[in-house]
Amino acid sequence: MTSTFLPDERSGPGLVVPRPTPRNRARTRRRLLHWVTAVSFQLPALALFGVLVLLPILFALYASFFRWGGFGMPSDYTGTDNFTRLFKDPVFLGDLWRCLILVVVSLAVQLPFALAMAVLLNQRLRGRAVYRMLFFAPYVLSEVITGVLFSMIFAPGDGLADHLLGDVGLDGLGGGWFSDPSTVLATVFLVMMWKYFGFHMMLYLAGLQSIPAELTEAAIIDGAGAWQRFRHVSLPLLAPTLRISVFLSVIGTIQLFDLVWVITTGGPDHHSETMAVTLFQYGFKRYQVGYASAISVVMFGISLVFALAYQRFVLRRDLEGASTTMRGGGA
Amino acid sequence: MSARRSGRTLPLHVILVAVGAVMVLPLLYAVLSGFKSTDQLSRNPIGLPKPWVTANYTGILGSGSFWKLLGNSTLIAVATTVIVVAVAALAAFSFARFAFRGREVLFTLFTVGLMFPFAVAALPLFLLLRSMDLLDNPLGVILPQAAFGLPMTIVILRGFFREIPAELEEAATLDGCGPFGFFWRVLLPMARPALGTVSVLAVVASWNNFLLPLLVFNDPKWWTIPIGVQQFQGQYTSDTARVFAYLVLAMVPALAFYSVAERQLVGGLTAGATKG
Repeated sequence: MTSTFLPDERSGPGLVVPRPTPRNRARTRRRLLHWVTAVSFQLPALALFGVLVLLPILFALYASFFRWGGFGMPSDYTGTDNFTRLFKDPVFLGDLWRCLILVVVSLAVQLPFALAMAVLLNQRLRGRAVYRMLFFAPYVLSEVITGVLFSMIFAPGDGLADHLLGDVGLDGLGGGWFSDPSTVLATVFLVMMWKYFGFHMMLYLAGLQSIPAELTEAAIIDGAGAWQRFRHVSLPLLAPTLRISVFLSVIGTIQLFDLVWVITTGGPDHHSETMAVTLFQYGFKRYQVGYASAISVVMFGISLVFALAYQRFVLRRDLEGASTTMRGGGA
Repeated sequence: MSARRSGRTLPLHVILVAVGAVMVLPLLYAVLSGFKSTDQLSRNPIGLPKPWVTANYTGILGSGSFWKLLGNSTLIAVATTVIVVAVAALAAFSFARFAFRGREVLFTLFTVGLMFPFAVAALPLFLLLRSMDLLDNPLGVILPQAAFGLPMTIVILRGFFREIPAELEEAATLDGCGPFGFFWRVLLPMARPALGTVSVLAVVASWNNFLLPLLVFNDPKWWTIPIGVQQFQGQYTSDTARVFAYLVLAMVPALAFYSVAERQLVGGLTAGATKG
């Protein structure tokens, strides 16, 4: 599958300039024209992405070295003061800790649960499509709707959760939910799970359905039980999907904002605060824009380091497959 | 035979029904609560409404403000989707069908964009939009949303564009198509399912966006559904039944859209996940 828009493959792509004979000159001009054509298709995307994504991120990096309230240009240069202050700030250190907890719990509870549901729904069952739609539906609801809904369900005393506990005689367990520092993070996690597990289930389901039926049949003929088939056939073949899902889950947890902001705004007393919430508090409520920029730089750094390390060590095998098709079918 | 099979699947159904109930219960609770008066809600929190009160729902639907939010959300979602899909399709075409110097660098730049937390850029973006006079202007939400949607859209579309056979491209070239002609007349019509998928993803992302409209729109005239929900909750804190009714009405467009576009949406997620 070689594209006709590719330049002459024998001498490689790009602007290689050998001796300037008339023939070569014509070829060079053709290559230049080719390059200009290819890049001109990119221009609108580059303009949009450059101005509205890259520029703000670079500017955040710049502003993080200033003490700055967000008006005029940053002028009060403070070197790395914002960063040293950040790593002594108990709220921010707490954010990092909570982020780690949520990442671990998501990976240990949410994703295995999603996988279990995907395995169940991969079987021929009556009503499978209905369950699938039901489990996935929360994913299309906005974080704000989800957040408001659950802040009312977990409202102390008169919310649905407390009433249900009361009906089964467990009144003592309820009440706190989002207002008790010791339960708020767990309750936020429950809401996250309700909202997002269906997304991961859907990914796994797609992965499971792409496994050829012959493999499963062969395993059955070889006498493999359900668990053995899962362990030795489905799970290895699902590995690329699992790796992507872990990646999305971690990146999503690092960025967590809307849900927490709507339900608790980080409270009580910072016990559900995330990095993005702290960033928002400093940047838009207290006008410490330089300091808030430092938070965004650290967040970006964490995401980037995680993403690069993950790509380098975990996703590499998956991406290798992708890059061999880059030129089209290994041509 | 069938008895044995249903016997085997019974435990599975028990699990699925239990999980399904947990998923549905919050939604059902909201719908029913919306049919109660707040007074009734506090006396009868989990039973069926008695009597069924429709005033909450009709009151919200009767006031113009809900429809205004709906209109704003729709306008912004449609404009964002048109821009992001058009711009990303051009870029993905160039990534998929051309070999040119700098391609891998550019593509990496866009894929790195997949991991930029939006919150990271929010602050400087806000300052930038302020200096461009785009606050309280729908473009202030539409353009950044399109920009942040580019990486995902480009990655998915590039995958689909690569699969279109080169023979078609040769045939089009012989018939006198230039690169843009091939893109416009052959590639885009053939990639319609893929375009549908990325469009649905873009609509959902725009529809649910909260932080950006929150920052950009001070003036209620441009508020979108998520902002409206948050404001309404703040305004009617004590009138719980009415807030439930509002929530339910705010869910309806998203769920209706989902039921229509389910296949496209799910297809997009799985294409993104398995194609790497």
